Amino acid sequence: MSDTFRHRFPDYDVLEKWNSPSWNEQTRNVIKDRLENVPERKFFSEQEWNTLQAICDRLIPQPDRAGAPIPIVPFIDRKLHQNKGDGYRFENMPSMREAWKRGVAAVDAESHARHGAGFAGIADNLKDATLRAIQHGDVRSEAWHKLPAKKFFEIMLRQMANIYYAHPAAWNEIGFGGPASPRGYVRLGFDRRDPWEAMEADD
Amino acid sequence: MTDSPRAVNGLAPDVFRPGGWIPMRCHNDEDEVDFAIVGTGAGGGTLACKLAEAGFSVVAFDAGPFWRPLEDFASDELHQQKLYWLSERITGGDDPVSLGSNNSGRSVGGSTVHFTMVSLRISPDQLKARSRLGYAVDWPIEPEEMWRYYDEVEDALKIAGPVNYPWGPPRPRYPYRPHEVNAAGLVLARGCEKMGVAWAATPLATLSAPRGRAHPCVYRGFCAVGCSTNAKQSVLVTWIPRAIAAGAEIRDLAMVGRVEIGQYGRATGVLYHREGQWRRQRARNVVVAGYAIETPRLLLNSACPMFPNGLANSSGLVGKYFMPQSNHAVWGVMDEEIRWYKGPPCMAICEHWNYTQSGKDFPGGYCFLSQGPLPMEWSHAVAGDHGLWGMELRNEMAKYNHYAGLKIVGEVLPQEKNRIELADEEDELGLKIPRVIFGYGEDDKKLYGHSLRFMRDCLEAAGGKDIWDQADTSHLLGGCRMGTDPTASVTNADGRTWDIPNLWICDGSLFPTSAGVNPSLTIQAVACRIGDRITALSKRGDLN
Repeated sequence: MSDTFRHRFPDYDVLEKWNSPSWNEQTRNVIKDRLENVPERKFFSEQEWNTLQAICDRLIPQPDRAGAPIPIVPFIDRKLHQNKGDGYRFENMPSMREAWKRGVAAVDAESHARHGAGFAGIADNLKDATLRAIQHGDVRSEAWHKLPAKKFFEIMLRQMANIYYAHPAAWNEIGFGGPASPRGYVRLGFDRRDPWEAMEADD
Repeated sequence: MTDSPRAVNGLAPDVFRPGGWIPMRCHNDEDEVDFAIVGTGAGGGTLACKLAEAGFSVVAFDAGPFWRPLEDFASDELHQQKLYWLSERITGGDDPVSLGSNNSGRSVGGSTVHFTMVSLRISPDQLKARSRLGYAVDWPIEPEEMWRYYDEVEDALKIAGPVNYPWGPPRPRYPYRPHEVNAAGLVLARGCEKMGVAWAATPLATLSAPRGRAHPCVYRGFCAVGCSTNAKQSVLVTWIPRAIAAGAEIRDLAMVGRVEIGQYGRATGVLYHREGQWRRQRARNVVVAGYAIETPRLLLNSACPMFPNGLANSSGLVGKYFMPQSNHAVWGVMDEEIRWYKGPPCMAICEHWNYTQSGKDFPGGYCFLSQGPLPMEWSHAVAGDHGLWGMELRNEMAKYNHYAGLKIVGEVLPQEKNRIELADEEDELGLKIPRVIFGYGEDDKKLYGHSLRFMRDCLEAAGGKDIWDQADTSHLLGGCRMGTDPTASVTNADGRTWDIPNLWICDGSLFPTSAGVNPSLTIQAVACRIGDRITALSKRGDLN
């Protein structure tokens, strides 16, 4: 598996459209808030936060953004602090807050059971092996009692990806046009690009 | 912004003007109105309009806010989650359904505020599934009558569709011309032509030419999280303004917790929560239009000494025969740039498997549509379903502009064991929350298995590479099926409950079968029919 990110849109910055007809005031307000107001820790303990950050660094690694990664854990913390759910929970899962508390502890416990140390303290390749085992429900720790490991892994991964791909920097790296009101788009066919869309680099 | 109701004191928001207002007739709680309608989506919003235009006094309640799309909607997936029904529900069974986003809405206009505008008719044979095709049950409405109501709704929404629709009996011209098909749709077209099956530009409820104060679609592609230009012909910008102009009152941010029953076993009104307090609206008739989960939930939560098992439940079928539609997909990488974020998400369609019986190893049907997920939604498929993470996830996501996909809306057969019931937990208003139990039957699995094989061949024929599958569900139907037998259904063909003559249901929960098409056009057609039936019954004195 590759450890490097291949930039397909090196010259694209969706924020350059900030004052263009593709962005309206409503959207600017929403994105400004997301970029400027990164939530502070209110829900997790410091240790839980550190474990979750270590998990996040493996599930959505950002070595190419050293010093300025897209913040993910702070937004998970805020969602849990506000107790704003997704509209459902699986029958065999505890409440959202409880699931995250137990889940983060269980990842640490699984790491202890396998490698004799907490998750944040083990080597990257061991972290990945631990996470892969959890993803497939192949767990050894008692901490997963009353918390389906596979399901928690999926919930965690979905949540992290959700927050990452809601950030303009992530839109840049996938070449997404971003906000598009009121201007929208004109050229819709194969290999057609409006001048205000990302240009893909040659191979 | 929308913490307190907007539709108060004789005014309602003008959806066509930022900060604008229109006059609205308002009723006192003590007034006995002709109809209290619970829910303002495809069922309730449409019916409110029909009944108000027929001269009835109407108050329609919605738990969600009354948006002005032009000022309230941002071009942002995360922010626009405010359109979803995010109150806690429990999901279980062998194949638990994911809820909350694409299949639930909490706004005046319901989930049509964030639907993808696909506007299809159920095939006449599928409406007679039992007698013509030998599976499930027949709808209690004749196909010819349903198709006349489809004409009415297509005109009311100015559907943009193709000149010739390749499947089914002749239908009138679509009111507006079809949209130019985007590259994601052209992939479907190319694949279908190679496979020897027909395809069409999807009939869409978004404008291809100006209409009143609304502009044509600008192809911004955020349809599934709300249209900020009003091109989308949602219930919020079509039936609701018409309803208010005809004298209906809309009460936003008003959650109905209970239908009240009087001493003679008839509905007397609703108990609802608005602006921090419980209030009581008196009504001669109550219509429940909360969609496939909230409608059974409200009927069950309204249990009283006379109806201890919930209202309209003498058959024991309230909440039963719940059906999501299967929503399985294939995804593949194209050599060309597709840029599927442009335009409505589903611009091309193939309904072949709704109109042929040969080559099938399953009962029922499905259509499949081209796709255009925005980044967050797409990450759910790539990470959540495909299971990628780490740098592998980021590199796969970076192929976003080259991906294309095909997704079905598949018929799921009715099974009594699939159901909505009440859990022991209560929500913040003290109302018991719903539990949704679902598992596919063997025929359902054959159907989506067939669709995955066919779509994979189709996408490959179109040039797709590295193809992978995704399992998903979409629209939620059934739970209060209509029928002809009081022991085997909750309402008659008019949505009138068998047990309580002035209690009605008007939404997707009425569907006896789910059929293989997106349901919004059918829900609106059924609502138009119920409106006409109520008017006819009233004229001949059969309403009371």
